[in-house]
Amino acid sequence: MSTGLSNNLILVLAGIIMSLVAATIVVAFLIHSRPHQNYAELESRIRTWWVIVFIFSIAILVNRAAAIIFLAFVSFLALKEYLSMIPTRRSDRQAMFWAYLSIIGQYYWVYKSWYGMFIIFIPVFIFLLLPLRMVLIGEIKGFLRSAGTLHWGLMITVFGLSHSAYLLALPADSGIPAGGAGLLLYLVFLTQINDIAQYVCGKLLGRHKVTPQVSPNKTYEGLLGGVITTVLLAFILAPVLTPLNQVHAIMAGLIISFGGFIGDLNISAIKRDLGIKDSGALLPGHGGVLDRVDSLSYTAPLFFHFIYYLYFR
Amino acid sequence: MIRSLRRLFFSLIVHPFLQIAIGVNIRNRENLPSSGPAVIVANHNSHLDALMLMTLLPMRMLSHIHPVAAEDYFLKNRLLAWFAVKLIGVIPIKRKYTPGKSDPLMPVYDAIEDERILIVFPEGSRGEPEHMAAFKKGIAHLSQHFPDVPVVPVFMHGLGKTLPKGKFIPVPYICDVFIGKPLKGETDVNLFMEKLKSSFETLSQQHQFPEWE
Repeated sequence: MSTGLSNNLILVLAGIIMSLVAATIVVAFLIHSRPHQNYAELESRIRTWWVIVFIFSIAILVNRAAAIIFLAFVSFLALKEYLSMIPTRRSDRQAMFWAYLSIIGQYYWVYKSWYGMFIIFIPVFIFLLLPLRMVLIGEIKGFLRSAGTLHWGLMITVFGLSHSAYLLALPADSGIPAGGAGLLLYLVFLTQINDIAQYVCGKLLGRHKVTPQVSPNKTYEGLLGGVITTVLLAFILAPVLTPLNQVHAIMAGLIISFGGFIGDLNISAIKRDLGIKDSGALLPGHGGVLDRVDSLSYTAPLFFHFIYYLYFR
Repeated sequence: MIRSLRRLFFSLIVHPFLQIAIGVNIRNRENLPSSGPAVIVANHNSHLDALMLMTLLPMRMLSHIHPVAAEDYFLKNRLLAWFAVKLIGVIPIKRKYTPGKSDPLMPVYDAIEDERILIVFPEGSRGEPEHMAAFKKGIAHLSQHFPDVPVVPVFMHGLGKTLPKGKFIPVPYICDVFIGKPLKGETDVNLFMEKLKSSFETLSQQHQFPEWE
C-alpha cells in the first residue's frame, strides 16, 4: 500500500509547513523589533520543529514500513530517556535488555497487522516475562519497584505510543480518505497543536493554575485555548484525513485535547518526583523526546480505540 | 589507509552507536580543546569511555586524538593490539617505572610535542562502575613537564551502567558528560592533584544522578 500519493496528505503537510514558515517569520520579527528580549529558546524550539516536521513527513510519505520504523525508534528513544532518569538496579540489566528488545516485537506485530498479538504482547507476555528474568537473577531487594517501574515505562513509551503506528495497519479499503498515514497525521498534528495552543494561551492569558503541585505552567486559560483550537482543527481536518463524521470529529478533538493534557501532566509528575526538569537534551528548546511525546502517550491509545470501535470493528 | 579505516569505523559504527543508540548529554562543550597539544582527563568506568570522548571532538581531529592506555592489557594479543593501537590510535604505556629503564611516559611526551590531543584516565583502571577511585599522579608529572599544555577535566556518568567491567552486552543508559575549565601552569605535583580533584568534585555535583545499586 502506498500512501505517498494521497493528495489530501500532501495538502495537510503543506499547510503545516506554511504555518511553520509563518511562525518562523513571526519569531524573526519579534527578535528584530525587540532586540533586548531573549528569544533564544523560542528560536531553537522553532528550529527543532522544522527538523521534527521534516523527518516525520519523510517517514510517512516514503511508505508504511518507514513510518513504523520511525515510530519504533521514537519509542526506543523515549524508553531510553525514561530508564536513564529513574532509579534502577545493577541487576536489572538483563531485564532491561529484554524490555528494549520488546520494541522490535511490538512494532513487528504492527507491521504484520496482527491486532490480537499487538494488543496483548506487552500487557500480558512481557508483563509476565520481565519479572521472570529478574527472579532468575535473584536480587530481591527493590524487586517490586524495579518490576513495576520497568513495566510502567514500557506501557507508556512502547505500548501506548505504538497505537499511533497501528493506525497505519488499519484496513486501507474502509473509506479513509488519506489512508492510515492520514489518520496518523491527524492524531500527531492535533496532539502537537494542542500542546502548542495550551502553551501559547497559557503564556498570554494564564491566571488560574490547574495543578500547582505537578506543573505550575498549566492553567485553565491554557487548557481552554487548547481545547478550542484542537476541536476546531479536528472538525476542519476530519473530512480531509479521516472517516469521522461531524459529531465524532468533535469528540475526537475533545479526546485528544484532554488526553494530551493528562499525558503531559503524567510525565511532569514523574519529573517532579525525581527532581529533574527535562527528560533529555536531544531536542533543543523542547528537552528530551519524552517531553515531546508525553501527550502522545495518552492521545495515541485513546484516539486509536475511539476510531477503532466506531469504524474498524 | 589506516586513517581512512579509522574514519570509516568511527563514522559508521562508533558515532551512530554512542551518539544515537546510547545517547549523550554534554554540558559546557566550549571547554573542549579546539586544537592540540592538549590533555583530556576523565574518570574511567567502561571500555566505551575513550571512544565516547573521541566522538565529542570534530571528526577532522580524529587522527590527532590518542587515548593513553596500559600496555599489559591492550597488547595482550595481536588482534586487540591492532584494534587498540592501529584502529583507535591508543598510545600504550607501561604501568610501572623500572629504575634504569627509560621513563614510561616517554611516548606520551613525544605525542604532546607532536601537538596531539591525549586522553588520560588517572584512576588507572575502570574499577567499580560509577565509583571514582583515587587519581594516580602521572598526569601531574605530565603537566609539570608541559605547564603550557591545557589539561581539561571531563566527568562522565552512565557508560559504567551501559557496559560495566566484565559485561559484554551493552544496555543503553544516556551518558552525561560535564566538561570543566582547563587547568594550566601548575608545576607543583601535589597542588596540581588538589586542583584536579576539586575540579572533578565540582563537576560531579552538577547533577543529581538516579540511584543505581
